[in-house]
Amino acid sequence: MIFVNGAPTQGHDGATVADLLAVLGVDRDARGVAVAVDGEVIPRREWPDRTVPGGARVEALTAMQGG
Amino acid sequence: MEQAAERIPITDTPFTIAGRTLRSRLVLGTGGFPRLETLAEAIRATRAELVTIALRRIDPQARGSLVDVLDGCGVELLPNTAGCYTARDAVLTAKLAREAFGTDWVKLEVIGDERTLLPDAPELLVAAEELVDDGFTVLPYTNDDPILARRLEDVGCAAVMPLGSPIGSGMGIRNPYNLQLIIERASVPVILDAGVGTASDAALAMELGCDGVLCASAIARAQDPVAMAHAIRAAVEAGRLARCAGRIPRRRYAEASTPDAGLADLTPPVE
Repeated sequence: MIFVNGAPTQGHDGATVADLLAVLGVDRDARGVAVAVDGEVIPRREWPDRTVPGGARVEALTAMQGG
Repeated sequence: MEQAAERIPITDTPFTIAGRTLRSRLVLGTGGFPRLETLAEAIRATRAELVTIALRRIDPQARGSLVDVLDGCGVELLPNTAGCYTARDAVLTAKLAREAFGTDWVKLEVIGDERTLLPDAPELLVAAEELVDDGFTVLPYTNDDPILARRLEDVGCAAVMPLGSPIGSGMGIRNPYNLQLIIERASVPVILDAGVGTASDAALAMELGCDGVLCASAIARAQDPVAMAHAIRAAVEAGRLARCAGRIPRRRYAEASTPDAGLADLTPPVE
């Protein structure tokens, strides 16, 4: 089980950051997206190859209106 | 209401933050606008070049892309760390924003509590120092505390952004004296951040000597956000002009504007 934005997600073994973003409907070229895994920033260039271990907390973030 | 640009014969210094010169002294916060279309109209009305954004979890249900709208307006993004209560979270959020938006500029917010949303000074200072060391251009949202402002400048912040009153309160500038102390001493730009409720608050900030004003709720939550955007842009410009023009000193008693010299003698003849 991997937690993506707080929700338990059934990621297959060896799921990458890019795979998990695809589940959210996010293209890996999408602008204005950033990802942290267990509190570590994962640079965009590493998304296709970076596998996410079971139990990890993935935060996939984007721009929202804010002061 | 569009008018031909009028050349005003006054000497002003450019508004430059970390080597970037901005034509507009009004920075717009994007929070609180009911619709993206209204936000875009308000951006055009303010003529802001720099707008703040926040980072939040991706919502697959969300409609419309904020980044696309802002790109369409031709503005630069200033990501904030709103919602962070610790230096650690704020630093991580700034790094995520750098990754997402390709900018190392950050509006640093480290909040002390939910009720007041006032900055947590010790955490703010720690986060500012760490981000400056990591190459960020840090614009901290700070208390109207001259000593804290100086400390933030000392650790390398590119500007200081004192509050006039709490975020979203619309209470204006509660302590103009402290704000002036900050302005007198600062060698980086001072931008009033938080508390503006209406145009006169923005004008006062500029008259007191702020280099710029950051405004979100006063525009976004006005009954007519686009009209208020025009009003606050005009107020920032008016306040800046008044500051450059140099106001008259306050006096306790009247000083006639009409000279006494040449005053007619209208005394009736003595009987």
